[in-house]
Amino acid sequence: MSAVTAATSSPANAAGKSAPARLSAAFVSRLVIIVPYLWLLFFFLVPFIIVFKISLSQTAIAMPPYTPVLDFRGGIPGFISGLGALNFDNYTWLTQDALYFNAYVTSVVVAAISTVLTLLVGYPIAYGMARAPATIRPTLLMLVILPFWTSFLIRVYAWIGILKPEGLLNQLLLASGIISQPLIILNTYTAIFIGIVYSYLPFMVLPLYSSLEKMDHTLIEAAKDLGCPPTSAFWKITFPLSLPGVIAGCLLVFIPAVGEFVIPDLLGGSQTLMIGRTLWNEFFANRDWPVSSAVAVILLLLLIVPIMIFQRAQARAQEQDQ
Amino acid sequence: MTRKALWLSATSAFLAVFTLGAHAEDRVVNVFNWSDYIDSSIIDDFTKETGIKVVYDTFDSNEILETKLLAGGSGYDVVVPSGNFLARQIQAGVFQKLDKSKLPNISNMWDTVMERTAKYDPGNEYSINYMWGTVGIGYNIKKVQAALGTDKIDSWDVFFNPESLAKLKDCGVYVLDSPADIIPAALKYLGLDPNSTSPDEIAKAEETLLKVRPYIRKFHSSEYINALANGDICLAVGWSGDVFQARNRADEAKQGVEIGYSVPKEGAQMWFDQMAIPADAQHVAEAHEFLNYMMKPEVIAKSSNYVLYANGNKASQQFIDKAILEDPAIYPDAATLQKLYTVSPYDPKTQRIITRTWTKIVTGQ
Repeated sequence: MSAVTAATSSPANAAGKSAPARLSAAFVSRLVIIVPYLWLLFFFLVPFIIVFKISLSQTAIAMPPYTPVLDFRGGIPGFISGLGALNFDNYTWLTQDALYFNAYVTSVVVAAISTVLTLLVGYPIAYGMARAPATIRPTLLMLVILPFWTSFLIRVYAWIGILKPEGLLNQLLLASGIISQPLIILNTYTAIFIGIVYSYLPFMVLPLYSSLEKMDHTLIEAAKDLGCPPTSAFWKITFPLSLPGVIAGCLLVFIPAVGEFVIPDLLGGSQTLMIGRTLWNEFFANRDWPVSSAVAVILLLLLIVPIMIFQRAQARAQEQDQ
Repeated sequence: MTRKALWLSATSAFLAVFTLGAHAEDRVVNVFNWSDYIDSSIIDDFTKETGIKVVYDTFDSNEILETKLLAGGSGYDVVVPSGNFLARQIQAGVFQKLDKSKLPNISNMWDTVMERTAKYDPGNEYSINYMWGTVGIGYNIKKVQAALGTDKIDSWDVFFNPESLAKLKDCGVYVLDSPADIIPAALKYLGLDPNSTSPDEIAKAEETLLKVRPYIRKFHSSEYINALANGDICLAVGWSGDVFQARNRADEAKQGVEIGYSVPKEGAQMWFDQMAIPADAQHVAEAHEFLNYMMKPEVIAKSSNYVLYANGNKASQQFIDKAILEDPAIYPDAATLQKLYTVSPYDPKTQRIITRTWTKIVTGQ
């Protein structure tokens, strides 16, 4: 989006200059647009087409473990006959076993609940940071980012030590007499929620903070002067103004959480059926690259919808700004 | 500042590429083995003796290795898959035949083991045994004593009998998340052929496992090492070497946790980790030298003494610590050895049934 605006505005700026200068400016701005498109082409579209192609193939005991492998060794006719062998059987297969549907639903539900929880935890943090004296804000920001300096895997492992029946949390609660029986948290959905909220919190806090920090505080003062109580001032002014941050944060948490594999595997119980696990099973246990590719394509489609909603919201917000 | 750092890293990346190119004539062998699976001094000694540099990389699941191999161009010269994975990979054309003329130390190998590995690799043409072990029951001696009134486990009954497993539920039961290890055990317990591919018999195994499912805390293929060692659980169906690792960690921690391992009397599955050379390996001569070195009796004995697994090298047994050689959990006696079974790889159709059955057992769906 920003690339497009840059492209349309820069020739106008160059209008007063000589013709070659204008040309090179146009060339540079075109280059600037090309970069994100090339990025998308090589790191999104090409891999997607490869995965999509595999999802139309059949498994085989071979290297790579599917047929047909499209290449030009058999010349153009060989390539075309290879294309003819592709079909949508793997997608039909996904509809025949309720397993896949259930796994998608569970993943979306788990991701949605985790996103709401992360928002509930993250909003007050971001709000507090944005209202803190400007001198300590960089420090607070640093503190939010700091956990990233430790390996993600180690941090998730640490939660096993905290949540297990003989773990730190239970020892603390037992010693303080709040509970008499250790809580069973590890290997449940609760543990997964804790893990996701903890791991993704910075992704929620940072966009929220950036939109809350930009907010004009005099608006709240004006509301106060006009007799608006603080709670309704929050809901009428602060929250709507922070909405772009809320949407960005929620998507940054929701999208990776849907496909999350590590956290459910380590903290969740064996009964957790999520799409990441199903994909793993298809790919590694069944060695069925085509079916697992089909699962991945559907997952991607599931994720593209929220991304598109996000894009729309952003475009609308930008229009409002102008 | 950032830009400078970027340039620096970019130039160093280029430099690295060029230096790699310059040293291409040095002799190198790229080895991909299981994590925690070798005494690292063996690698240093090999380099000292032959001048071949070893680039040693590790993995922790057969599936990861297989995916790299099937995708092709893994860049490894020696890899160590388990038997039933090896069999399928041979079929897929992943490996090259070994040049036995370059492997004189093959005469040290143990025929009892070779007979069995031939099931995966007919004629042992593609692979050499590195280590082997069993799938059995690891347990916390004191906790099992408290729950069952005995500290001796010798039968699958303790696990597959719902009444007995129910008593262990509260102190915790972990099971390998590996259908190819657990479903054959259930078939064996039922008196059926552990290699069965019949959907009806697999369904019977499923039924047996579903009955004990409520008493199993988690299916996971590595967490049980720590869980056993810390005393978090009292029983795990797992791989022999992992349980011994848990036993050693528990001994080192001195928290009073004692771990036992049992090869059930009904019979247990034997697994083999086999060294093989990928078809697209770049350093075939060096790979053969490495394999030959690993078949030296004193070398492989050193490895067994370190990782606590039995190896397939008969001549090495004189160099193996007495405690290990005489431990029936590591080197079972002849009678137990008779009862150990191997499991052939599944065809794709059966594999799908097995995976689906397993998902049902594990997740209830």
